[in-house]
Amino acid sequence: MSTAHVPASPAPVPTGSLIEARDVVKSFGETPALRGASVAVAPGEIVAVMGPSGSGKSTLLHCLAGIFKPDRGQVWFDGQRLDALGEAERTRLRRTAFGFIFQFGQLVPELSAADNVALPLLLGKVRRKDAYRQVAAWLERLGLQELGHHRTGELSGGEAQRVALARALTIRPRVLFADEPTGSLDSLMGERVMDLLVDLARQEGTTVVLVTHDARVAAYADREVMVRDGRVSTQSRAAAVPR
Amino acid sequence: MSILGLLQREPTHGYELKRDYDAYIGLGRSLPFGQVYATLARLARDGKVLAGEAEPGSGPDRKRYAITDVGKRDVEAWLTQPIDPEPHLQTVLFAKVVIALMLDRSASGYLEVQRAAHLQRMRELTELKRAGGTMDALMADHGLFHLEADLRWIDVTEARLHALKEMVSR
Repeated sequence: MSTAHVPASPAPVPTGSLIEARDVVKSFGETPALRGASVAVAPGEIVAVMGPSGSGKSTLLHCLAGIFKPDRGQVWFDGQRLDALGEAERTRLRRTAFGFIFQFGQLVPELSAADNVALPLLLGKVRRKDAYRQVAAWLERLGLQELGHHRTGELSGGEAQRVALARALTIRPRVLFADEPTGSLDSLMGERVMDLLVDLARQEGTTVVLVTHDARVAAYADREVMVRDGRVSTQSRAAAVPR
Repeated sequence: MSILGLLQREPTHGYELKRDYDAYIGLGRSLPFGQVYATLARLARDGKVLAGEAEPGSGPDRKRYAITDVGKRDVEAWLTQPIDPEPHLQTVLFAKVVIALMLDRSASGYLEVQRAAHLQRMRELTELKRAGGTMDALMADHGLFHLEADLRWIDVTEARLHALKEMVSR
């Protein structure tokens, strides 16, 4: 399997954080989304990013994940300046070190559940046979072993979200970015997905940045940060990361 | 503490305190006169208010009450401390917000610490739910839904602080 290691540069980054935004500013045209947002996430931590609609919480996640490049400020990941990397390098990082789960539309509907989960592995040049062996194991961990051959359009919302979770975790990412991962699910199914997400993240030692407006979802995290008007307004105290 | 907070604006009579409590904090529940005077007597005994001389006139309520430095410290501490997150806190949350605004203190700062306290309690209940059985989950859910309702109220109140400030300012 292709492992998800990113070479650590001789790091000037302090604080022991794995991923960090420092005074990040980002605008879309004339509209400011982030006005100097700073947050640091320790290895293995699960942090909920909360805030009202339009506060900039999703933009902050996209900047931390290297999807958006900040206009100003810095983003650090594992000792290197993510914002200073070129597009190709950031893409490589997203494929090898980061996993993503969103609210909607992340699975390829023409492919089966197993094919969807296999995609990141195959893109990472893992041999097909090895990839599908790992896919089978992930589907089993998520209780989806019977559904591997189903097209994702045939799955319920909760099943599809579990497939998305398997796909996000199959490369064993250092950081899992989750943007409203239960937003399209009913309450009980949302809890099931969050239970699995937290259990698997703990087992794998994966750091999680979780954007949500839902306090019941945020309560699965170790701590929360509040984003208002493009800035991190408050952060609860970092707790010891459960092992 | 609400009475003490109202007194911090300026020295005043018991009936004015009752009137302002009913208007701004009582939420439809009127405060009995007897409770106002009993509270003022207790606060005076504890050195948190000073009762002035009885003023000429008829009726029992002829004293003007003033908050002491000890009382002021109590109010300041009260306005920055989150209350224990339990269901049905609306009246206390509301009183703290209104009095913070009346005294030009940071109501949003108070709401932030209260939000953090609520979320911390929700984390504990979520952990209980994840570690326990169905009965634990149902018990935890009851608390979680009520705390979530408080949090929504906190969010909406925060968005309306400006309007509320205008309403309670003299």
